[in-house]
Amino acid sequence: MNINTTKIISLLFFIFSAFYLYTAYQIQVFAFDENAPFNARTFPIYLGYAGLFFSGLKLILTDPNTIKVEHKNLEYKKTGILILIAIIYGATILKVGYFLTTSLFLFASYYFLGERRWVLMFLLSFPFVAAFMYLLHGILDIYLRDPFLQLIGVMG
Amino acid sequence: MIEGILIGLTTALTIQNILMVMVGCFFGTIIGMLPGLGPMTAIALMIPITYGFDPATGLILMAGVYYGAVFGGSTSSILLNAPGVPGTVATSFDGYPMAQQGKAGKALAIAAWSSFAGGTLSAIYLLFMAPSLSKVSLSFRSPDYFALMILGLTAIAAFSSKGQFLKAMMMVVLGLMLASVGQDSLSDITRFTFDNMNLTDGISFVLVVMATFAMSEALTIILKRNDPTSAAKQVSLTELGSIKINKEERTKMYKTIPRSSVIGFLIGVLPGAGATIASFLAYGMERNVVSDEEKEKFGKGSVNGLSAPETANNAACSGSFVPMLTLGIPGSGTTAVMLGALLGFGVQPGPRLYMTNPEIFWSIIMSMYIGMVILLILNLPLIPYIARILAVPKNYLIPLILFFSVTGIYVMSFNNFDIYLMIGIAVVATFLRLYDFPMPPLILSFVLGGLMEENLRRSLLLSNGSWEFLWDRTLTACILATTILIVVWHIYKTFKKKN
Repeated sequence: MNINTTKIISLLFFIFSAFYLYTAYQIQVFAFDENAPFNARTFPIYLGYAGLFFSGLKLILTDPNTIKVEHKNLEYKKTGILILIAIIYGATILKVGYFLTTSLFLFASYYFLGERRWVLMFLLSFPFVAAFMYLLHGILDIYLRDPFLQLIGVMG
Repeated sequence: MIEGILIGLTTALTIQNILMVMVGCFFGTIIGMLPGLGPMTAIALMIPITYGFDPATGLILMAGVYYGAVFGGSTSSILLNAPGVPGTVATSFDGYPMAQQGKAGKALAIAAWSSFAGGTLSAIYLLFMAPSLSKVSLSFRSPDYFALMILGLTAIAAFSSKGQFLKAMMMVVLGLMLASVGQDSLSDITRFTFDNMNLTDGISFVLVVMATFAMSEALTIILKRNDPTSAAKQVSLTELGSIKINKEERTKMYKTIPRSSVIGFLIGVLPGAGATIASFLAYGMERNVVSDEEKEKFGKGSVNGLSAPETANNAACSGSFVPMLTLGIPGSGTTAVMLGALLGFGVQPGPRLYMTNPEIFWSIIMSMYIGMVILLILNLPLIPYIARILAVPKNYLIPLILFFSVTGIYVMSFNNFDIYLMIGIAVVATFLRLYDFPMPPLILSFVLGGLMEENLRRSLLLSNGSWEFLWDRTLTACILATTILIVVWHIYKTFKKKN
């Protein structure tokens, strides 16, 4: 059997469905609900079997449209860096605050994507985020937690 | 009825009310363009303001916000592949590829005209059929809803690209699995949360849609070294923002709009169904009825593929007012918020609203239409400027898409976990997209998951666990027969092509 990546994804989905089905059977239901025609675990159990069925079929049947991806041409480094910046952004946004982290996130992303026009990078990060924050917080009255701006006395 | 229409027109056409519709459309469009803030949020934000006005004016303002937000949602779907609301997900399937080909203005214009036409036709249906349709909508029972959802999911999978049926069905199941995370709606038992408090309320729609569409699109662009602005660079800004629709495209729209408006309106009338199912069904149906040559263009910037969901979602918006005004049952989350506002005004929607407050009943219907006219007048001249978003260089556009995605989630939940979850789902989605696993079936099934389980639960409990409910009622059997026909037709066509 010719193993291609689509088949590997199908196999992973098959394993995931098996795990999902196992977890579905472990869902604790109330004693009086145990033998009811429908309880909290019924639908997930059907879904687990459906996942096994479709991924199983995909594994068994021949694939007429094999997708070939040229991994050499893929930009893994920049994508990885961007994901890492997003994770750091997510980790700091609550503690540091929306304004500073978002502005730094944008500035760093522009930089790692190859941008070097510093003035434009600055304008599209700090003032842009300030304007956006004013729209959300000042006009639409959507609360945005910001310890940094509170610390420097800009936000009450 | 003529008297009612005149009362409605007199109320809706006062200077104050026309101003309200304009203000509503403007703010609605802006709010709708921000990912995470859909029509429901926009209307909720307007409620405190509307209480300063009389009920008719307040509701006219909300109707303007509603249509504006739906159009704004379509704009971010088309330009950034970032649908902030479920109703505009199907718009991005062909709207985004069309914008990528340097036809952003045209895509937005097709969306605007289709929305307008869908809204106009549905306002006419609403005028003449509201009372009788409310009775039809009440005849829908849980088994029918369950069958309708099966039809919607099968249709989207069957009409996905060639040879992708199984991949699409796997995505359907994955979407339903994601929707099952969190508390069970009836027993409150937590499922698949692995003792993580952040998952107790389940995974939010905005998170999944931002991860699978906006964020994963941005990552795919970087990964594949694509440039989403390359087409825009090759055309002038005037051409990019051009809203001219040629004769051939208009002919396609003339055929698509009437049939999609009927589907949209009828689905919108069903309580709980709403614009999402309507737009997906209209997209699926359109793909089925067009020629083989046109079918190949679906997902690559088809005029029919863009016009159908846009017509249907706007028609469904009008349709959803039928159960709200005539029965007091909201047809969608947004109309549920409007129902709350109506009750706040001391107006009790129901069969007697037509008799007790005709000025409110008719002025809402009339102002909805006026709202759409004003929305078109306001937004068409702005399209060339809005379309220039695509002329922003890739190095700026990608971080801005990521920024809007993260902000959309952050303002909703204020926790880090949701951001990590979004990044995780986006990474998996990017990998799946690389191998042509379609995302639309995942989104539709995620949206329908809760409703589907609820209706299956009711159906099985009422039939004591027997699956006979699937063929007990004629309506259920007819819907399921249509589903089977679609699958059989799809298999037949596949085999015919192979031979």
